[in-house]
Amino acid sequence: MDRKLTCIVCPLGCSMVAEVENGKVLSVSGNTCPRGKAYAESECINPQRVVTSTVRCQDGSMLSVKTDRAIPKEKMAECMEIIASARPQLPIFVGDVIIKDVFGSDIIATQNRS
Amino acid sequence: MTDLVIIGGGPAGMSAAIAAYECGIRDILILERDEHLGGILQQCIHNGFGLHKFSEELTGPEYAYRYEKRVIELGIPYKLGTMVLDITKDKVITATNAEDGVFQINAKAIILAMGCRERAKGALNIAGSRPAGIYSAGTAQKFVNMKGYMPGRDVVILGSGDIGLIMARRMTLEGAKVHAVCELMPYSSGLARNIEQCLNDFSIPLKTSHTVTEIHGKERLTGVTIARVDENRKPIPETSEFIPCDTLLLSVGLIPENELSRSMGVDLSGITSGATVDQDRQTSIEGVFACGNVLHVHDLVDFVSEEAEIAGKAAAEYINGMVETTVNIPIKTDGKIRYTVPQVITKSKDVTVFFRVSDVYKNVKITVKSGDDVIVSKKKVRVAPGEMESIKLRASDIEKRKELIFSLEVV
Ligand code: SF4
Repeated sequence: MDRKLTCIVCPLGCSMVAEVENGKVLSVSGNTCPRGKAYAESECINPQRVVTSTVRCQDGSMLSVKTDRAIPKEKMAECMEIIASARPQLPIFVGDVIIKDVFGSDIIATQNRS
Repeated sequence: MTDLVIIGGGPAGMSAAIAAYECGIRDILILERDEHLGGILQQCIHNGFGLHKFSEELTGPEYAYRYEKRVIELGIPYKLGTMVLDITKDKVITATNAEDGVFQINAKAIILAMGCRERAKGALNIAGSRPAGIYSAGTAQKFVNMKGYMPGRDVVILGSGDIGLIMARRMTLEGAKVHAVCELMPYSSGLARNIEQCLNDFSIPLKTSHTVTEIHGKERLTGVTIARVDENRKPIPETSEFIPCDTLLLSVGLIPENELSRSMGVDLSGITSGATVDQDRQTSIEGVFACGNVLHVHDLVDFVSEEAEIAGKAAAEYINGMVETTVNIPIKTDGKIRYTVPQVITKSKDVTVFFRVSDVYKNVKITVKSGDDVIVSKKKVRVAPGEMESIKLRASDIEKRKELIFSLEVV
Protein backbone atom coordinates (compact mmCIF):
# COMPACT_ATOMS: atom_id res chain seq x y z
CA MET A 1 0.00 0.00 0.00
CA ASP A 2 1.27 3.46 -0.88
CA ARG A 3 0.99 6.18 1.71
CA LYS A 4 1.31 9.87 0.88
CA LEU A 5 3.25 11.94 3.36
CA THR A 6 4.44 15.50 3.79
CA CYS A 7 7.85 15.70 5.42
CA ILE A 8 7.77 17.99 8.47
CA VAL A 9 11.47 17.85 9.25
CA CYS A 10 12.38 21.09 7.48
CA PRO A 11 10.54 24.04 5.87
CA LEU A 12 10.90 22.56 2.39
CA GLY A 13 8.03 20.19 3.21
CA CYS A 14 8.72 17.55 0.53
CA SER A 15 5.80 15.40 -0.67
CA MET A 16 6.75 11.78 -0.26
CA VAL A 17 5.27 8.38 -0.94
CA ALA A 18 6.02 5.43 1.32
CA GLU A 19 5.35 1.89 0.22
CA VAL A 20 4.11 0.03 3.31
CA GLU A 21 3.48 -3.72 3.54
CA ASN A 22 2.55 -5.60 6.75
CA GLY A 23 3.70 -2.79 9.00
CA LYS A 24 7.04 -2.52 7.20
CA VAL A 25 8.23 0.34 5.03
CA LEU A 26 9.63 -1.10 1.81
CA SER A 27 10.58 2.12 0.06
CA VAL A 28 10.31 5.90 0.29
CA SER A 29 10.31 8.30 -2.65
CA GLY A 30 10.01 12.06 -3.03
CA ASN A 31 12.35 12.93 -0.18
CA THR A 32 15.12 15.39 -0.94
CA CYS A 33 17.41 14.21 1.83
CA PRO A 34 17.93 11.20 4.13
CA ARG A 35 16.11 12.88 7.02
CA GLY A 36 12.93 12.70 4.96
CA LYS A 37 13.30 8.95 4.56
CA ALA A 38 13.88 8.49 8.29
CA TYR A 39 10.80 10.60 9.02
CA ALA A 40 8.63 8.63 6.58
CA GLU A 41 9.71 5.34 8.17
CA SER A 42 9.00 6.55 11.67
CA GLU A 43 5.72 8.17 10.61
CA CYS A 44 4.40 4.93 9.14
CA ILE A 45 5.38 2.74 12.06
CA ASN A 46 5.56 4.88 15.19
CA PRO A 47 4.61 8.52 14.54
CA GLN A 48 6.27 10.94 16.93
CA ARG A 49 6.03 14.65 17.64
CA VAL A 50 7.81 17.25 19.75
CA VAL A 51 5.26 18.98 22.01
CA THR A 52 5.66 22.65 22.90
CA SER A 53 3.50 24.37 25.48
CA THR A 54 3.56 26.69 28.48
CA VAL A 55 3.38 26.26 32.25
CA ARG A 56 2.33 28.75 34.88
CA CYS A 57 5.14 29.49 37.31
CA GLN A 58 4.68 30.04 41.05
CA ASP A 59 4.72 33.81 40.53
CA GLY A 60 1.86 33.54 38.04
CA SER A 61 3.94 34.21 34.89
CA MET A 62 3.89 31.89 31.90
CA LEU A 63 6.98 29.92 30.88
CA SER A 64 7.43 28.23 27.51
CA VAL A 65 8.52 24.57 27.58
CA LYS A 66 9.01 21.63 25.21
CA THR A 67 9.61 17.91 25.24
CA ASP A 68 13.36 17.53 24.73
CA ARG A 69 12.71 14.83 22.12
CA ALA A 70 9.74 13.60 20.13
CA ILE A 71 7.12 11.54 21.97
CA PRO A 72 4.54 9.12 20.51
CA LYS A 73 1.96 11.18 18.64
CA GLU A 74 -1.02 9.56 20.35
CA LYS A 75 0.34 10.66 23.74
CA MET A 76 0.23 14.38 22.91
CA ALA A 77 -3.04 15.10 24.77
CA GLU A 78 -1.89 13.21 27.87
CA CYS A 79 1.47 14.96 27.70
CA MET A 80 -0.34 18.34 27.62
CA GLU A 81 -2.20 17.43 30.82
CA ILE A 82 0.99 16.47 32.60
CA ILE A 83 2.66 19.70 31.47
CA ALA A 84 -0.33 21.75 32.66
CA SER A 85 -0.05 20.31 36.17
CA ALA A 86 3.46 21.74 36.74
CA ARG A 87 3.96 24.85 38.91
CA PRO A 88 7.71 25.47 38.74
CA GLN A 89 9.52 27.80 41.09
CA LEU A 90 11.76 30.64 39.88
CA PRO A 91 14.46 31.22 38.84
CA ILE A 92 14.40 29.06 35.72
CA PHE A 93 16.92 28.99 32.88
CA VAL A 94 16.70 27.77 29.29
CA GLY A 95 17.24 24.00 29.33
CA ASP A 96 16.21 23.41 32.97
CA VAL A 97 14.19 20.23 33.43
CA ILE A 98 10.67 21.11 34.59
CA ILE A 99 9.24 17.55 34.61
CA LYS A 100 11.29 14.39 34.29
CA ASP A 101 10.48 11.43 32.07
CA VAL A 102 7.21 12.13 30.30
CA PHE A 103 6.78 9.34 27.73
CA GLY A 104 10.54 9.00 27.51
CA SER A 105 11.22 12.72 27.22
CA ASP A 106 11.97 15.46 29.73
CA ILE A 107 9.93 18.64 29.74
CA ILE A 108 12.48 21.47 29.60
CA ALA A 109 12.24 25.26 29.80
CA THR A 110 12.76 27.19 26.57
CA GLN A 111 12.85 30.60 28.29
CA ASN A 112 14.57 32.23 31.26
CA ARG A 113 12.47 33.48 34.19
CA SER A 114 13.89 35.17 37.24
CA MET B 1 27.07 61.16 18.83
CA THR B 2 26.47 57.40 18.80
CA ASP B 3 28.02 55.35 15.99
CA LEU B 4 25.15 52.97 15.44
CA VAL B 5 21.58 53.03 16.74
CA ILE B 6 19.39 50.03 16.01
CA ILE B 7 15.64 50.47 16.20
CA GLY B 8 14.19 47.18 17.44
CA GLY B 9 15.68 44.37 19.54
CA GLY B 10 14.07 41.39 17.82
CA PRO B 11 15.96 38.82 15.75
CA ALA B 12 16.89 41.40 13.07
CA GLY B 13 18.07 44.07 15.50
CA MET B 14 20.15 41.70 17.62
CA SER B 15 21.71 39.98 14.65
CA ALA B 16 22.60 43.32 13.02
CA ALA B 17 24.13 44.56 16.29
CA ILE B 18 26.29 41.45 16.64
CA ALA B 19 27.45 41.67 13.02
CA ALA B 20 28.40 45.35 13.41
CA TYR B 21 30.24 44.55 16.66
CA GLU B 22 32.17 41.80 14.93
CA CYS B 23 33.23 44.35 12.31
CA GLY B 24 34.78 46.47 15.02
CA ILE B 25 31.97 48.87 15.94
CA ARG B 26 31.70 49.31 19.70
CA ASP B 27 29.50 52.35 20.14
CA ILE B 28 26.14 50.65 19.51
CA LEU B 29 22.74 51.15 21.11
CA ILE B 30 19.66 48.96 20.58
CA LEU B 31 16.29 50.57 21.34
CA GLU B 32 13.51 48.07 22.07
CA ARG B 33 9.88 48.94 22.68
CA ASP B 34 9.07 45.79 24.67
CA GLU B 35 10.28 44.79 28.13
CA HIS B 36 12.45 42.02 26.66
CA LEU B 37 14.76 41.39 23.73
CA GLY B 38 13.67 38.87 21.12
CA GLY B 39 10.62 40.61 19.72
CA ILE B 40 7.77 38.46 18.46
CA LEU B 41 9.84 35.26 18.89
CA GLN B 42 9.04 35.27 22.62
CA GLN B 43 5.44 34.36 21.87
CA CYS B 44 6.30 31.85 19.12
CA ILE B 45 6.79 28.97 21.54
CA HIS B 46 6.55 26.29 18.84
CA ASN B 47 9.63 24.73 17.29
CA GLY B 48 10.92 24.91 13.74
CA PHE B 49 13.31 27.82 14.07
CA GLY B 50 17.03 27.73 13.46
CA LEU B 51 17.39 24.65 11.25
CA HIS B 52 19.16 26.73 8.66
CA LYS B 53 21.30 28.80 11.04
CA PHE B 54 22.10 26.31 13.79
CA SER B 55 21.24 22.94 12.14
CA GLU B 56 19.00 22.36 15.10
CA GLU B 57 15.30 22.75 15.65
CA LEU B 58 14.68 25.46 18.22
CA THR B 59 11.58 27.12 19.61
CA GLY B 60 11.16 30.88 19.09
CA PRO B 61 12.30 31.82 22.61
CA GLU B 62 15.34 29.54 22.32
CA TYR B 63 16.29 31.07 18.99
CA ALA B 64 15.98 34.55 20.48
CA TYR B 65 18.03 33.49 23.50
CA ARG B 66 20.99 32.42 21.32
CA TYR B 67 21.22 36.02 20.12
CA GLU B 68 20.33 37.65 23.43
CA LYS B 69 23.13 35.73 25.12
CA ARG B 70 25.61 36.92 22.53
CA VAL B 71 24.43 40.55 22.84
CA ILE B 72 24.95 40.35 26.61
CA GLU B 73 28.33 38.57 26.33
CA LEU B 74 29.60 41.23 23.96
CA GLY B 75 28.25 43.94 26.23
CA ILE B 76 26.25 45.61 23.47
CA PRO B 77 24.11 48.27 25.19
CA TYR B 78 20.33 48.19 24.82
CA LYS B 79 17.39 50.04 26.31
CA LEU B 80 14.13 48.17 26.88
CA GLY B 81 10.66 49.69 27.23
CA THR B 82 11.82 52.44 24.91
CA MET B 83 9.56 53.95 22.28
CA VAL B 84 11.14 55.77 19.36
CA LEU B 85 8.95 58.79 18.61
CA ASP B 86 10.75 60.30 15.67
CA ILE B 87 13.80 60.03 13.46
CA THR B 88 14.96 62.90 11.26
CA LYS B 89 16.73 62.72 7.91
CA ASP B 90 19.91 63.86 9.71
CA LYS B 91 19.67 60.83 11.98
CA VAL B 92 18.50 62.52 15.16
CA ILE B 93 16.42 60.03 17.11
CA THR B 94 13.84 61.12 19.67
CA ALA B 95 12.78 58.38 22.07
CA THR B 96 11.16 57.98 25.45
CA ASN B 97 11.14 55.55 28.34
CA ALA B 98 10.18 55.61 32.01
CA GLU B 99 13.75 56.06 33.25
CA ASP B 100 15.17 58.68 30.89
CA GLY B 101 11.99 60.54 29.95
CA VAL B 102 12.19 62.00 26.45
CA PHE B 103 15.73 62.00 25.04
CA GLN B 104 17.57 62.57 21.77
CA ILE B 105 20.46 60.71 20.18
CA ASN B 106 22.54 61.72 17.17
CA ALA B 107 23.52 58.63 15.22
CA LYS B 108 26.18 58.18 12.55
CA ALA B 109 24.25 55.22 11.18
CA ILE B 110 20.82 53.75 11.87
CA ILE B 111 19.49 50.27 11.28
CA LEU B 112 15.70 50.01 11.06
CA ALA B 113 14.60 46.66 12.50
CA MET B 114 11.08 47.31 13.76
CA GLY B 115 9.57 44.13 12.35
CA CYS B 116 6.02 43.85 11.10
CA ARG B 117 2.46 43.81 12.38
CA GLU B 118 -0.65 41.87 11.43
CA ARG B 119 -3.03 43.25 8.87
CA ALA B 120 -6.01 44.82 10.62
CA LYS B 121 -9.36 43.09 10.56
CA GLY B 122 -10.93 46.38 9.46
CA ALA B 123 -9.39 45.62 6.09
CA LEU B 124 -11.75 42.67 5.77
CA ASN B 125 -15.15 43.07 4.19
CA ILE B 126 -17.27 40.94 6.46
CA ALA B 127 -20.93 41.77 6.97
CA GLY B 128 -22.44 41.90 10.45
CA SER B 129 -21.57 43.53 13.75
CA ARG B 130 -18.25 43.28 15.56
CA PRO B 131 -18.98 41.27 18.69
CA ALA B 132 -16.26 40.20 21.15
CA GLY B 133 -14.36 37.08 20.18
CA ILE B 134 -12.64 38.27 17.01
CA TYR B 135 -8.86 38.43 17.27
CA SER B 136 -5.88 38.47 15.04
CA ALA B 137 -4.00 35.17 15.26
CA GLY B 138 -0.98 36.93 16.75
CA THR B 139 -3.05 38.55 19.48
CA ALA B 140 -4.54 35.18 20.36
CA GLN B 141 -1.02 33.75 20.43
CA LYS B 142 0.02 36.42 22.91
CA PHE B 143 -3.01 35.70 25.13
CA VAL B 144 -2.45 31.95 25.19
CA ASN B 145 1.33 31.79 25.35
CA MET B 146 2.27 34.84 27.39
CA LYS B 147 -0.78 35.48 29.54
CA GLY B 148 -2.00 31.89 29.86
CA TYR B 149 -5.54 32.79 28.89
CA MET B 150 -7.67 31.06 26.25
CA PRO B 151 -9.68 33.49 24.11
CA GLY B 152 -12.39 30.89 23.41
CA ARG B 153 -13.37 27.24 23.02
CA ASP B 154 -14.97 26.96 19.58
CA VAL B 155 -12.80 28.46 16.92
CA VAL B 156 -12.87 29.28 13.21
CA ILE B 157 -9.73 30.65 11.59
CA LEU B 158 -9.82 32.88 8.52
CA GLY B 159 -6.58 32.85 6.56
CA SER B 160 -4.09 30.03 6.41
CA GLY B 161 -0.88 31.93 7.06
CA ASP B 162 1.60 30.16 9.31
CA ILE B 163 0.52 31.95 12.49
CA GLY B 164 -3.08 30.86 11.89
CA LEU B 165 -1.98 27.24 11.36
CA ILE B 166 0.24 27.29 14.44
CA MET B 167 -2.64 28.71 16.50
CA ALA B 168 -5.02 26.02 15.22
CA ARG B 169 -2.74 23.41 16.76
CA ARG B 170 -1.99 25.40 19.88
CA MET B 171 -5.65 26.01 20.73
CA THR B 172 -6.55 22.39 19.94
CA LEU B 173 -3.84 21.15 22.29
CA GLU B 174 -5.19 23.52 24.94
CA GLY B 175 -8.62 21.91 24.63
CA ALA B 176 -10.43 24.13 22.12
CA LYS B 177 -12.26 22.80 19.06
CA VAL B 178 -11.03 24.35 15.83
CA HIS B 179 -13.87 23.80 13.34
CA ALA B 180 -12.20 25.00 10.17
CA VAL B 181 -9.45 27.08 8.61
CA CYS B 182 -10.85 29.07 5.68
CA GLU B 183 -8.54 30.34 2.97
CA LEU B 184 -9.76 32.76 0.31
CA MET B 185 -7.15 31.65 -2.19
CA PRO B 186 -7.15 28.20 -3.84
CA TYR B 187 -3.93 27.40 -1.95
CA SER B 188 -2.60 28.00 1.54
CA SER B 189 0.05 30.63 2.12
CA GLY B 190 1.41 28.56 5.01
CA LEU B 191 4.23 26.02 4.90
CA ALA B 192 3.29 22.47 3.86
CA ARG B 193 4.82 21.13 7.07
CA ASN B 194 2.48 23.34 9.11
CA ILE B 195 -0.58 22.13 7.22
CA GLU B 196 0.56 18.61 8.00
CA GLN B 197 1.49 18.93 11.66
CA CYS B 198 -0.95 21.66 12.72
CA LEU B 199 -4.09 20.72 10.78
CA ASN B 200 -3.86 17.14 9.49
CA ASP B 201 -2.52 15.82 12.80
CA PHE B 202 -5.76 16.99 14.43
CA SER B 203 -8.12 16.45 11.48
CA ILE B 204 -8.82 20.19 11.22
CA PRO B 205 -10.32 20.89 7.79
CA LEU B 206 -8.54 23.38 5.53
CA LYS B 207 -11.19 24.96 3.32
CA THR B 208 -9.42 26.63 0.41
CA SER B 209 -11.38 29.03 -1.84
CA HIS B 210 -13.58 29.78 1.16
CA THR B 211 -14.21 32.94 3.14
CA VAL B 212 -16.24 34.20 6.06
CA THR B 213 -19.25 36.08 4.71
CA GLU B 214 -21.10 36.93 7.90
CA ILE B 215 -20.46 37.37 11.58
CA HIS B 216 -23.20 36.48 14.07
CA GLY B 217 -23.74 37.57 17.66
CA LYS B 218 -24.37 40.83 19.48
CA GLU B 219 -22.03 41.03 22.44
CA ARG B 220 -20.15 37.78 21.98
CA LEU B 221 -19.58 35.97 18.72
CA THR B 222 -22.08 33.11 18.30
CA GLY B 223 -21.05 31.89 14.87
CA VAL B 224 -19.87 32.70 11.37
CA THR B 225 -21.25 32.00 7.92
CA ILE B 226 -18.67 30.73 5.49
CA ALA B 227 -19.01 30.18 1.76
CA ARG B 228 -17.01 28.95 -1.19
CA VAL B 229 -15.74 31.67 -3.53
CA ASP B 230 -15.63 31.64 -7.34
CA GLU B 231 -12.55 32.35 -9.43
CA ASN B 232 -13.09 36.09 -8.90
CA ARG B 233 -13.07 35.49 -5.15
CA LYS B 234 -16.78 36.34 -4.91
CA PRO B 235 -18.75 34.21 -2.41
CA ILE B 236 -21.22 31.74 -3.94
CA PRO B 237 -24.39 32.17 -1.80
CA GLU B 238 -25.69 28.61 -2.37
CA THR B 239 -22.59 27.22 -0.67
CA SER B 240 -23.15 29.17 2.56
CA GLU B 241 -22.70 27.23 5.76
CA PHE B 242 -23.22 28.37 9.36
CA ILE B 243 -20.60 27.33 11.90
CA PRO B 244 -21.36 28.01 15.57
CA CYS B 245 -18.26 29.38 17.32
CA ASP B 246 -17.25 31.84 20.02
CA THR B 247 -13.92 32.82 18.48
CA LEU B 248 -12.79 33.92 15.03
CA LEU B 249 -9.05 34.25 14.45
CA LEU B 250 -7.78 36.28 11.54
CA SER B 251 -4.53 35.26 9.95
CA VAL B 252 -4.63 37.41 6.86
CA GLY B 253 -1.06 38.49 6.51
CA LEU B 254 1.67 40.67 7.88
CA ILE B 255 2.77 44.12 6.91
CA PRO B 256 6.11 45.85 7.62
CA GLU B 257 5.84 48.46 10.36
CA ASN B 258 7.20 51.56 8.65
CA GLU B 259 5.60 54.60 10.32
CA LEU B 260 9.02 55.84 11.47
CA SER B 261 10.67 55.18 8.12
CA ARG B 262 7.88 56.98 6.30
CA SER B 263 8.01 60.09 8.47
CA MET B 264 11.78 60.31 8.16
CA GLY B 265 11.44 60.26 4.38
CA VAL B 266 12.86 56.85 3.47
CA ASP B 267 11.60 55.74 0.03
CA LEU B 268 9.18 52.85 0.45
CA SER B 269 8.15 50.21 -2.06
CA GLY B 270 4.43 50.03 -2.83
CA ILE B 271 4.73 46.27 -3.15
CA THR B 272 6.69 45.22 -0.06
CA SER B 273 5.55 48.19 2.09
CA GLY B 274 9.18 48.26 3.18
CA ALA B 275 12.07 50.50 2.19
CA THR B 276 13.67 50.18 -1.20
CA VAL B 277 17.26 49.11 -0.59
CA ASP B 278 20.53 48.27 -2.28
CA GLN B 279 22.51 45.04 -1.83
CA ASP B 280 23.78 46.31 1.55
CA ARG B 281 20.19 46.95 2.70
CA GLN B 282 20.90 50.67 2.65
CA THR B 283 17.76 52.75 2.13
CA SER B 284 17.37 55.91 0.06
CA ILE B 285 18.92 57.83 2.97
CA GLU B 286 22.67 57.34 3.25
CA GLY B 287 23.68 55.60 6.47
CA VAL B 288 20.16 54.34 7.15
CA PHE B 289 19.73 50.60 6.70
CA ALA B 290 16.73 48.29 7.04
CA CYS B 291 16.52 44.55 7.62
CA GLY B 292 14.17 41.79 8.68
CA ASN B 293 10.41 42.02 8.52
CA VAL B 294 10.41 45.81 8.46
CA LEU B 295 12.00 45.51 5.02
CA HIS B 296 9.87 42.68 3.65
CA VAL B 297 8.01 39.89 5.39
CA HIS B 298 10.14 36.75 5.64
CA ASP B 299 8.99 33.12 5.96
CA LEU B 300 11.87 32.03 8.14
CA VAL B 301 13.61 33.84 10.97
CA ASP B 302 16.89 32.30 9.85
CA PHE B 303 16.74 34.49 6.74
CA VAL B 304 15.91 37.52 8.89
CA SER B 305 19.13 36.94 10.81
CA GLU B 306 21.13 36.57 7.60
CA GLU B 307 19.72 39.73 6.12
CA ALA B 308 20.44 41.59 9.35
CA GLU B 309 24.07 40.46 9.20
CA ILE B 310 24.36 42.05 5.76
CA ALA B 311 22.93 45.32 7.13
CA GLY B 312 25.11 45.20 10.27
CA LYS B 313 28.30 44.69 8.26
CA ALA B 314 27.38 47.40 5.79
CA ALA B 315 26.56 49.85 8.58
CA ALA B 316 30.00 49.15 10.08
CA GLU B 317 31.66 49.88 6.73
CA TYR B 318 29.67 53.07 6.43
CA ILE B 319 30.70 54.20 9.92
CA ASN B 320 34.33 53.43 9.08
CA GLY B 321 34.05 55.56 5.94
CA MET B 322 34.41 52.67 3.55
CA VAL B 323 31.71 53.66 1.09
CA GLU B 324 32.10 53.63 -2.62
CA THR B 325 29.24 53.50 -5.00
CA THR B 326 30.52 52.10 -8.23
CA VAL B 327 27.42 51.23 -10.19
CA ASN B 328 23.72 52.00 -10.22
CA ILE B 329 21.72 49.09 -11.58
CA PRO B 330 17.99 49.05 -10.84
CA ILE B 331 16.29 45.65 -10.72
CA LYS B 332 12.91 45.48 -12.46
CA THR B 333 10.34 42.68 -12.35
CA ASP B 334 7.72 41.44 -14.82
CA GLY B 335 4.76 41.26 -12.42
CA LYS B 336 4.82 37.47 -12.20
CA ILE B 337 7.87 38.09 -10.10
CA ARG B 338 6.25 40.38 -7.56
CA TYR B 339 9.28 42.02 -6.06
CA THR B 340 12.97 41.67 -5.42
CA VAL B 341 15.16 42.66 -2.49
CA PRO B 342 17.42 44.45 -3.13
CA GLN B 343 15.72 46.71 -5.68
CA VAL B 344 18.97 48.29 -6.82
CA ILE B 345 22.63 47.24 -6.98
CA THR B 346 25.20 49.93 -6.24
CA LYS B 347 28.39 47.91 -5.83
CA SER B 348 30.13 45.56 -8.19
CA LYS B 349 30.17 42.47 -6.03
CA ASP B 350 28.43 39.10 -5.72
CA VAL B 351 24.82 39.66 -4.73
CA THR B 352 22.05 37.26 -3.74
CA VAL B 353 18.72 38.65 -4.88
CA PHE B 354 15.64 37.50 -2.98
CA PHE B 355 12.24 37.55 -4.64
CA ARG B 356 8.65 36.44 -4.41
CA VAL B 357 6.27 35.37 -7.17
CA SER B 358 2.70 36.68 -7.43
CA ASP B 359 0.84 33.39 -7.87
CA VAL B 360 1.34 29.64 -7.74
CA TYR B 361 3.06 28.49 -10.94
CA LYS B 362 4.25 25.04 -12.00
CA ASN B 363 7.27 24.20 -14.16
CA VAL B 364 8.69 27.63 -14.51
CA LYS B 365 11.86 29.22 -15.77
CA ILE B 366 13.05 32.29 -13.94
CA THR B 367 15.32 34.48 -15.99
CA VAL B 368 17.53 37.44 -15.18
CA LYS B 369 18.14 39.56 -18.25
CA SER B 370 19.86 42.75 -19.20
CA GLY B 371 18.52 43.96 -22.52
CA ASP B 372 18.55 40.78 -24.61
CA ASP B 373 21.35 39.12 -22.65
CA VAL B 374 20.30 36.28 -20.40
CA ILE B 375 22.49 36.50 -17.34
CA VAL B 376 21.12 33.61 -15.29
CA SER B 377 18.14 31.33 -15.59
CA LYS B 378 16.81 28.77 -13.21
CA LYS B 379 14.09 26.13 -13.48
CA LYS B 380 11.69 25.28 -10.67
CA VAL B 381 8.99 22.61 -10.47
CA ARG B 382 6.74 24.81 -8.34
CA VAL B 383 6.84 28.35 -7.01
CA ALA B 384 4.34 29.97 -4.64
CA PRO B 385 3.86 33.45 -3.18
CA GLY B 386 4.41 32.06 0.32
CA GLU B 387 7.93 30.90 -0.44
CA MET B 388 10.77 33.33 -0.86
CA GLU B 389 13.19 32.42 -3.65
CA SER B 390 16.69 33.62 -4.36
CA ILE B 391 19.16 33.87 -7.21
CA LYS B 392 22.87 34.48 -6.89
CA LEU B 393 24.44 36.99 -9.23
CA ARG B 394 28.19 37.21 -9.67
CA ALA B 395 30.02 40.51 -9.79
CA SER B 396 31.24 39.68 -13.28
CA ASP B 397 27.64 39.10 -14.41
CA ILE B 398 26.38 42.47 -13.34
CA GLU B 399 29.26 44.78 -14.14
CA LYS B 400 28.47 47.34 -16.82
CA ARG B 401 24.75 46.47 -16.92
CA LYS B 402 22.23 49.30 -17.10
CA GLU B 403 19.39 47.42 -15.47
CA LEU B 404 18.39 43.88 -14.62
CA ILE B 405 15.00 42.37 -15.36
CA PHE B 406 13.65 39.40 -13.41
CA SER B 407 10.97 37.49 -15.28
CA LEU B 408 9.12 34.20 -15.00
CA GLU B 409 7.73 32.02 -17.75
CA VAL B 410 5.83 28.77 -17.56
CA VAL B 411 7.60 26.17 -19.70
S1 SF4 C 1 13.00 15.34 2.87
FE1 SF4 C 1 14.72 16.51 3.65
S2 SF4 C 1 14.61 18.40 2.43
FE2 SF4 C 1 12.59 17.42 2.21
S3 SF4 C 1 11.35 18.35 3.86
FE3 SF4 C 1 12.26 16.46 4.66
S4 SF4 C 1 14.10 17.14 5.71
FE4 SF4 C 1 13.48 18.80 4.36
